[in-house]
Amino acid sequence: MTRRRLPEWFVLLLPAIVVIAAVVLIPLVFSLYSSFTPYKLTRPATLWKWVGTYNYEKILSDGKFWAAFGRTVLFLTIVLNLELLLGLGIALMMNKVTWGQRSLRTILMFPMMFSPILVGFQFKFIFNDNIGLVNNVLQSMGYNAALPWLVDGKLAMFSIIFAEVWMSTPVFAILILAGLFAMPRDPLEAAKVDGCTPIQTFRHITLPFLMPFIYIAMTIRSLDVARAYDIVQIMTGGGPARRTELLWTLMSRTGYVDSRMGLANAMGYVSIILSILFTIYFFRKLSAARAQIGMAG
Amino acid sequence: MTEVNLSNVIKDYGKTRAVHGIDLGIEDGEFVVLVGPSGCGKSTTLRMIAGLEDISGGEIAIGGRVVNDLPPRERNISMVFQNYALYPHMTVRENLGFSLKIAKADQTAITKAVDEAAGILGLRDLMDRKPAELSGGQRQRVAMGRAIVRSPDVFLFDEPLSNLDAKLRTQMRVEIKKLHQKVGNTIVYVTHDQVEAMTLADRIVLMRDGHIVQVGTPLELFNTPVNTFAATFIGSPPMNLIDGVVSGSNTINLAGGLSVPVPSRVRGLVRDGQKVCFGFRADNLMPVGHSVEEEGEKHELELTISLTEPLGTETLLFTDVAGNEVQAKMLNPRPVRPGETMKFQLMLDKCHVFDAASSEAIRG
Ligand SMILES: Nc1ncnc2c1ncn2[C@@H]1O[C@H](COP(=O)(O)OP(=O)(O)OP(=O)(O)O)[C@@H](O)[C@H]1O
Ligand SMILES: [Mg+2]
Repeated sequence: MTRRRLPEWFVLLLPAIVVIAAVVLIPLVFSLYSSFTPYKLTRPATLWKWVGTYNYEKILSDGKFWAAFGRTVLFLTIVLNLELLLGLGIALMMNKVTWGQRSLRTILMFPMMFSPILVGFQFKFIFNDNIGLVNNVLQSMGYNAALPWLVDGKLAMFSIIFAEVWMSTPVFAILILAGLFAMPRDPLEAAKVDGCTPIQTFRHITLPFLMPFIYIAMTIRSLDVARAYDIVQIMTGGGPARRTELLWTLMSRTGYVDSRMGLANAMGYVSIILSILFTIYFFRKLSAARAQIGMAG
Repeated sequence: MTEVNLSNVIKDYGKTRAVHGIDLGIEDGEFVVLVGPSGCGKSTTLRMIAGLEDISGGEIAIGGRVVNDLPPRERNISMVFQNYALYPHMTVRENLGFSLKIAKADQTAITKAVDEAAGILGLRDLMDRKPAELSGGQRQRVAMGRAIVRSPDVFLFDEPLSNLDAKLRTQMRVEIKKLHQKVGNTIVYVTHDQVEAMTLADRIVLMRDGHIVQVGTPLELFNTPVNTFAATFIGSPPMNLIDGVVSGSNTINLAGGLSVPVPSRVRGLVRDGQKVCFGFRADNLMPVGHSVEEEGEKHELELTISLTEPLGTETLLFTDVAGNEVQAKMLNPRPVRPGETMKFQLMLDKCHVFDAASSEAIRG
């Protein structure tokens, strides 16, 4: 009796394949499939009804989705730029510190050590209009109106951005600081001799060298921010009245509150495009910047 | 007028003192070479002149203006760094033109200056490459070019030729000298290669361990070294040194049983029993019949050859005197076998006597 045996490499890879299939492939295929159905969590039978691109058409013509989409892009742009500027500033200052730099570096990373949920709660308290820290401080300084930090649309957006920036600026600071440490000293000296003021040195020598590091931070953070959920969910829940609705709060509301999972999954696939575009953009920039400073191999 | 004056300039790195109070006056348009063994403080001195290193003590003046607290950009200098220090993200062309761009020169002037420098340094084919795509020697030439596109008051060179091959180095040496003759700027040039120092310098500053040992023209350093260090550092092959003891007032008994008369120049300056170092260059010890016919005090010696080094027009002869290797030069050479004993003629008035205890030259 001859038994056909599986090839050895396949057998050896099988556990990995099974695990990957279970945690990545199956959910991926399942969610993609369900985005073509009117799947509702409360009525499992709807999973078997094929509606084609109905969900996608619905999303693309849905003002609420586009509002959330636009708000996410805006959020992303503001947060990334703020974090870049602050991170750059902090890194440059840290680089000048000669004493106690190690401890400072550790302290700098504290915000990253908190769970985003906790950061959300913390800022929810800080910005609370009745008992919040900010309003208390304002009042003790003689400003006598309670600002509705988390209720007014613009202020709420500001508060969320503030929390996000507070939590994640260190990512930029640390990566840029690493760049500064790796930076060769001689070109800086040559620039001094060539007549550069400190600002010109920064502009013409330091910054080009830091660009790859900045783009790496940008890539990482753009993926992070594009799926911002926890802080927003805790602080405003996307509300009030959807004024701070971002893609992910909208998606989770659609999927879990309205239990329209098929529709939520379709939203997920549309918004993935956003992430992919950002990633491609920053990777392009990254390799261009690397080529610029002669790092590309 | 751009003379450079250093008075009692000191550099401390933490507790260690790298430069111990240097006094040096460099005249306008002078080509001064700082030379000395590795770690003697040449680069440090140069970097203090450039303003890249704080001065721990003393005073530096450029063109009569004290520059101790001026940043490099206000000193109107240009510098070639020991390790190139090119801008990695700029092409060769951009590297060369950078200082002019910062100085807001107009584009045609920049193009012209860059092109001229590229021509002198043979960089025309490399203009669009990045430093990472260049060889060490090419990078060094770009670094040179970057310094010469501007016309600064003072050029500072830190071993600009150390990474070039022998041929290119000779060629560049000539270029630097031509450049100096053409533009006449003050140049401070650091090297550890005494040949470069000899060939380029108007004046050589010989340094050791953060001190200046001797300052003078190349010939002064060659002909009248102040101590045994200067004697062995300048000149190739290095000066032969043999220990000896003065006996009476007219004889020096050398190690290994030889004895030579005290050169008349130093007669009366040595005392009986004084321990000395007797020094002479290979050019002043030549086999009889193979030497230059020269007037002067002479002394004849018999030495046994241990090794020969034929160089074509002359042959270097190595002999052994009490464990010291002594080199002699043979003009119009004939083949010599190791082991052969030859009669040599020593030009006594070109010989040097150093005090063995202090290694200072004894000179009348
Ligand atoms: N940043 C520094 N910190 C501490 N010591 C230093 C520093 N730079 C130089 N030194 C010391 O100062 C002394 C002089 O150094 P310098 O670089 O001037 O030597 P150099 O004459 O240029 O030698 P080389 O020919 O090897 O370049 C050396 O002993 C060196 O170890
Ligand atoms: Mg050096």
